[in-house]
Amino acid sequence: MLKPKAKVEESPRIKELKFILRRIRENPLSIAGLTIVIFFTIIAIMAPVLAPPRPGRDPYMIPRYGYTPEPQPPSPEHPFGTTQGQYDLYYGVIWGTRTAYRIGLLVVSVSALIGILIGGIAGYYKGVVDEILMRLTDIILAFPGLILAMALVVAFGPGLDSITLALILVGWPTYARLIRGEFLRLTAEDFVEAAKAIGCSDVRIIFRHVLPNAIYPLLVVASLDIGSIVLTAAALSFLGLGAPEGYADWGQLISFSRNWIIGTAQNPFAYWHVYTIPGLFLFLFVMGWNLLGDALRDILDPMIRRR
Amino acid sequence: MRSYLIRRIILIVPVLLGVTFLIFAITQLFDPYMRASLYIRDPRQAKNIESIIRKYGLDQPFYIQYFRWLDQVLRGNLGWSQSAHMPVLKALITYFPATAELALYAIPLTLIAGIFLGKIAAVKKDTAVDHATRVMAIIGWSLPSFWLGIVLLAVFYGGLGIFAPGRLSVWAENLVLSGKFRIYTGLYTIDAILNLNWPVFLDALSHLVLPVATLVIINVAILMRVMRSSMLEQLNKTYVIAARARGLDEKTVIDKHATKNALIPVITLSGLLTAGMLSGMVITETVFEFKGVGYFAAHAATQLDIPAVLGFALFAGILFVIANLIVDILYAYIDPRIRLG
Repeated sequence: MLKPKAKVEESPRIKELKFILRRIRENPLSIAGLTIVIFFTIIAIMAPVLAPPRPGRDPYMIPRYGYTPEPQPPSPEHPFGTTQGQYDLYYGVIWGTRTAYRIGLLVVSVSALIGILIGGIAGYYKGVVDEILMRLTDIILAFPGLILAMALVVAFGPGLDSITLALILVGWPTYARLIRGEFLRLTAEDFVEAAKAIGCSDVRIIFRHVLPNAIYPLLVVASLDIGSIVLTAAALSFLGLGAPEGYADWGQLISFSRNWIIGTAQNPFAYWHVYTIPGLFLFLFVMGWNLLGDALRDILDPMIRRR
Repeated sequence: MRSYLIRRIILIVPVLLGVTFLIFAITQLFDPYMRASLYIRDPRQAKNIESIIRKYGLDQPFYIQYFRWLDQVLRGNLGWSQSAHMPVLKALITYFPATAELALYAIPLTLIAGIFLGKIAAVKKDTAVDHATRVMAIIGWSLPSFWLGIVLLAVFYGGLGIFAPGRLSVWAENLVLSGKFRIYTGLYTIDAILNLNWPVFLDALSHLVLPVATLVIINVAILMRVMRSSMLEQLNKTYVIAARARGLDEKTVIDKHATKNALIPVITLSGLLTAGMLSGMVITETVFEFKGVGYFAAHAATQLDIPAVLGFALFAGILFVIANLIVDILYAYIDPRIRLG
């Protein structure tokens, strides 16, 4: 005899996740964004298979096939051709995906953590603490981001680690502001009052009651931020403040193309591959994350969403 | 209005102090010998570094150093730029006209294009026009400015042989520097008009096309989207329905009623636009070898010319704070809810 299946009531968070996934499926731009992001994630994970590094070498250093300055067009050995100084472009863009992800994810997650900590303290304790912390964010936000980041990178000494650190220092105030706002809103709600009334500790209220409710807006900002962080990091690399020459990094590969904008007498676009290919990788990566973030924002915005 | 103005102007003092303090904090990463370069006006002074360290208290606690440094900054001494072979302030003043010329064309064009496209997208919501502007916004927002610059150069300069990088062609530059051409502002298009020299004017203008296009394409996206949503909000308000009910034609309703109110959030955004432009200048001027303050800063950064980079960051920070002040004042002027609230 078959027992009637007990209907399990889904928890609200699972329901929320299912709702988000359904909305993503309904919007072609979100699907495009998600597809691009998945595509790049696969490239990053599969990099050792797609472009096997030479044994015993740092896999992030692009292999060189000679020292002639003139870039070579795509060929069977080098599917995307070579850059100036004969760095293999295919290898460079594949491993460059990992570099982009490493910087993007590291900067976003550390910035978000600092933002949660500082914004949480400011929004929960309010008063003087809030005032001081928010004036600190004001000062950092008083600078155009790229310019402050550039000054910090120069101060720390060029390199990808300096770029990462500089972007974290420039990036956390946005998250702190956001989390503070959410905390101010949520701590005024009845359920927080109730938790206080039954004697929950501050730590428990923050981590069990307030933070989980502030997490979705944070996710939206974070997903929109990955694109712009990778873009800024690439810009700093392009300016020559990034990794040493030959490191797999899109910004550097694009800067390699600066001397090859003018083609040969016969073909004005003889060196098209040196700027087109790394640029397209960077552009598509950023666009994928922007599309995904944009979709998430539309879906999670209570003003727009309809259940 | 006056009390709002005074309040708002007093409020920027702590922000400016904070901005200077942050730049000063960065200098503290270096040892006193390195920091001495921030106080030098002339490389000959470097022979006597110990006396500079003593004079500005570089071995003293940070608060004493901060006030002595701030004192120097207020006197216009930002240190010596090794990459430009001149004092940082002089370099900033020398390179500024080129940046001002880019901004003179890029900012109004961005505003006009953003407002126009955003308005059309809202009025023709959910049509092909709306979708096209949405795609344009996403592309503009995701394009790396340096890559866009390179591609534009490859197509127009490399491929078609027009729109060369730099500010002027060689012949025009020789003419401008010859002394027969009077420099009034340092903005070559304006100076050429004042000199009634049309060949130089056209030459300067053709060198502006690509960098201005790059700045506009990168910065217009956000403006366009904000204008669109603001316009949509206004079109759904009751006063618009009332205007239509009174029998006003659609053009009057949109242009005279809705657009004016929809512009308010766009004004707030112009502050942010200034920041985008300033950051964009660093990249755009570098790609197009357009010798403005952004080019100077990027060049100094690769040479690790610390006083120059910090001086530029301070300059950009102050400019951004002032731009936001102007935006706030404009905003209060237009919207009485702000100044009376």
